[in-house]
Amino acid sequence: MITTEIKEALIHLVGTENYDDSKVSKLVYSYDATPQYQSMPAAVVAPRNKEEVAEIVKLCNTHYIPIIPRGSGTNLCAGTCPTEGGIVLLFKHFNSILEIDEENLTVTVEPGVITLDMIKAVEAKGLFYPPDPSSMKISTIGGNINENSGGLRGLKYGVTRDYVLALEVVLPSGEIIHTGGKLAKDVAGYDLTRLFVGAEGTLGIVTQATLKLVPMPAFKMTMLALYHDLESAANSVSKIIANKIIPTTLEFLDQATLKVVEEYAQIGLPTDVSAVLLIEQDGPMEVVQEDMKKLASICQQEQAVSVNVAESEEEADSLRTARRSALSAMARLKPTTILEDATVPRSEIAKMVVSINEIADKYEVNICTFGHAGDGNLHPTCLTDARDEEEIKRVEKAFEDIFIRAVELGGTITGEHGVGMMKAPYLHLKLGDAGINAMQAIKQSLDPNNIMNPAKIFAKDTRKRVVVTK
Amino acid sequence: MTTSKEQETIQQQFKERMDEDELMNCMRCGFCLPACPTYVESGYKEEHSPRGRLALMKAVIDGDIELDKDVENSLDMCLGCRACEPVCPAGVNYGHLLEEARDTIHQNKKHSLLVQTTRKSAFYGLFPHQNRMRSLTGFLSFYQRSGLQKAFHKTKLNHLLPENLSSIEKVLPKVPTRKEMKDRPSYVPAVSTAKKRVAFFHGCLMDTMFRQTNDATIQLLKLAGCEIVIPQDQACCGALHAHSGEKDGAKELAKRNIIAFEKLKADYIITNAGGCGAFLIDYDHLLKDDSEWADRAKQFTECIKDISSILVELDFHKRSLHLQEQIITYQDSCHLLNVMKTSNEPRILLKAIDNVEYREMEKADSCCGSAGIYNIVETEMSMKILDSKMVNVKETQAVTIVTANPGCLLQMKLGIEREGLSDSIRAVHIVDLLLEATNSK
Ligand SMILES: Cc1cc2nc3c(=O)[nH]c(=O)nc-3n(C[C@H](O)[C@H](O)[C@H](O)COP(=O)(O)OP(=O)(O)OC[C@H]3O[C@@H](n4cnc5c(N)ncnc54)[C@H](O)[C@@H]3O)c2cc1C
Ligand code: SF4
Ligand code: SF4
Repeated sequence: MITTEIKEALIHLVGTENYDDSKVSKLVYSYDATPQYQSMPAAVVAPRNKEEVAEIVKLCNTHYIPIIPRGSGTNLCAGTCPTEGGIVLLFKHFNSILEIDEENLTVTVEPGVITLDMIKAVEAKGLFYPPDPSSMKISTIGGNINENSGGLRGLKYGVTRDYVLALEVVLPSGEIIHTGGKLAKDVAGYDLTRLFVGAEGTLGIVTQATLKLVPMPAFKMTMLALYHDLESAANSVSKIIANKIIPTTLEFLDQATLKVVEEYAQIGLPTDVSAVLLIEQDGPMEVVQEDMKKLASICQQEQAVSVNVAESEEEADSLRTARRSALSAMARLKPTTILEDATVPRSEIAKMVVSINEIADKYEVNICTFGHAGDGNLHPTCLTDARDEEEIKRVEKAFEDIFIRAVELGGTITGEHGVGMMKAPYLHLKLGDAGINAMQAIKQSLDPNNIMNPAKIFAKDTRKRVVVTK
Repeated sequence: MTTSKEQETIQQQFKERMDEDELMNCMRCGFCLPACPTYVESGYKEEHSPRGRLALMKAVIDGDIELDKDVENSLDMCLGCRACEPVCPAGVNYGHLLEEARDTIHQNKKHSLLVQTTRKSAFYGLFPHQNRMRSLTGFLSFYQRSGLQKAFHKTKLNHLLPENLSSIEKVLPKVPTRKEMKDRPSYVPAVSTAKKRVAFFHGCLMDTMFRQTNDATIQLLKLAGCEIVIPQDQACCGALHAHSGEKDGAKELAKRNIIAFEKLKADYIITNAGGCGAFLIDYDHLLKDDSEWADRAKQFTECIKDISSILVELDFHKRSLHLQEQIITYQDSCHLLNVMKTSNEPRILLKAIDNVEYREMEKADSCCGSAGIYNIVETEMSMKILDSKMVNVKETQAVTIVTANPGCLLQMKLGIEREGLSDSIRAVHIVDLLLEATNSK
């Protein structure tokens, strides 16, 4: 699809060292963190600045060549898998933190900056950027913005969307626009900033972002509540919120997850209980201490077998790190781990946990659950083997039931991982035809030639599948 | 160019030899990427990342890609530092997969001339034979002492060598004379009642070029209260072989070592080179399919311990240790850290020295780029990694860089030389520094 002429034009734009169509590079950019999706692009291109991005986009738009923007390829919805071929666009030259504005409490970055690097840079100035996806030590800001990623601190502080103030975006036409600004208020027309957040690279290419920062909380406490049954843990979550306490973090891990995580982290996590809640609070010292007392007593009322407060920041940090490794650690158990992201209103979390277990039993599949319980965002993760076709069929059915149940409870099919290719067939469950049509109208008007990350969000066919092989 | 027939054979062998379940364990989360020096130094190229390399291995098996020169380049560029392992939540045994892949490739291809000669002479002519190692060192010693080295430098003949080879040549330690290398006793009794009976694995490079460090190790063990057995029939550990795709050679050496050590009934087998230790500790994996040897290998590996671990176990850090006032820092040996999981002990020992300020170096746990013969065959990448390392070294303002492996030691010396800092910074093996600290008052 990329003719010699186009290839030469691209090389002319970005230089030979930034254009690669060797088999190796096509292969290593053919996947992301989503199991079993793999498809080769025609080439891999790494522009050096926004002008080059704009020129590439124009060229591709003229020749109907798909563009797949790619950060670190850690998304879990096959969002960067080049299923329609085309060029994978890398942001390795967009890795500068341009400004930390201590007067306006903002940070301006290029999209290739690694999330954790930015978090560390602002923390060095006593500022705080709360969205902390578990993948933050490798995920990029561009990826976070385009998936609208959440993290462990989402319950109290919200998700990426809540921190994006301004964007510089190259549109599929090649025009460069600036949305928003370093403004606390701005109602000049449609909120395009929010439109591009979570757009999964289907509407344009983010080349710069200004993000909101908050002051660093003064004090932090972390604790682990242990339970002998899942429901009690889930009930504690609803009860905590109902008691009008909003902890920073309220994470849930079931026994199977605890076991694999402990195997990796070896920090002495309890593996003989059915579930734990990892709870954190931050803020002024007195408030935090008071909240922690209340949280502990709620957990105890809800049958927690014990409640342990971390004694040092190192201990707290090892608990957080262990939690962040949960998904990858699952891969220890089975060749394929398929994770979902169904989200329900917080009050429904206990019902959802029960339903997930019933569905797992019904289809005889092995599902572990962990996740951002406080956000109502669970990650039921199925341990399976992609080579076992019969089982995979049951897995797909189970996930479909989970999605349906989540929507029934007033929830959604994905809380933070995005639709991508993987959940496109289920989007109608959440949106209905009219909802999808409205979104498609937006897509159509901004990207009439459908060059921006095609086949993502909107399903091409209606066969529902969680797994596709090549 | 390989023919399609040859490609088919390689693919077939990949399929047979590579552990596909292990490969599938990689869920492609990318958590290992920031830990990988070649990913970072290549400017974030996925093909130079652990995830990329694993994907390529899998693709060769699946027939999605031919094992072309780019695939090989990706694998060649890997340091084998295994920094990707401890950070992998899925527990992918990257090192084993890499070794298997390299060995399979090696069996199927013709190496470039430089690599071929370095390998042939090193792997089959040199390392397995202690006496030949000695004559090579003997030659080096003659070269250094005879004035030839000076003449060589004066006439700038050394400039004919590739840049890094000529610098490496400059930083080689003064090797002992053949006379000095006379065989040492095979048994050193404890000072009083022995707290532990240990067997010392002296290594090949360590026992020739770094003989002094080995002597120092024995002294430290003795001071710490050990009785020491040094079997004369031990062989090279085989690491260099296996890491460069000479697995059969490595297995033979492993067996020789198991035979040499198992009869000694020692509490521990002590090593002072992270690279060797990590390979010895992996013998159970190397020989896992050999029913006659698997159990013996397992027992052998359970005894392996680094010198720093046993010293801490025997409270060596509670003795009085002094040095002149100075700032020191420690560069982890990748294999000591990532495979032997030994990182606290060297630091405990160094912090116990009076007058000394220990400063942790940024990214001390990241490879220095030495990696066996990597710095000779993949010079460019190796020097990039080294240059980044030296930035962090300078940041600490340390005058002494402590290492725990001969390759790292040479590489750090090379780094100091390249920065023109030979007058102000030195690199030492931890054992030598500890002995210095024991002796100085
Ligand atoms: C182990 C693990 C844990 C995870 N934990 C979390 C978690 O806690 N919370 C969470 O929300 N997610 C989590 N994720 C998912 C994933 O890490 C996030 O979605 C992350 O934001 C992706 O970042 P990335 O840089 O890898 O982006 P990529 O995967 O490369 O891309 C993601 C999307 O963004 C688009 N994109 C990237 N850059 C640009 C750009 N500059 N312009 C336009 N489009 C762009 C891509 O086309 C794609 O659609 C996890 C993933 C893994 C593997
Ligand atoms: S951390 Fe482990 S599972 Fe994740 S990409 Fe690296 S090797 Fe694969
Ligand atoms: S062994 Fe070292 S260089 Fe090789 S992939 Fe792992 S981290 Fe990278």
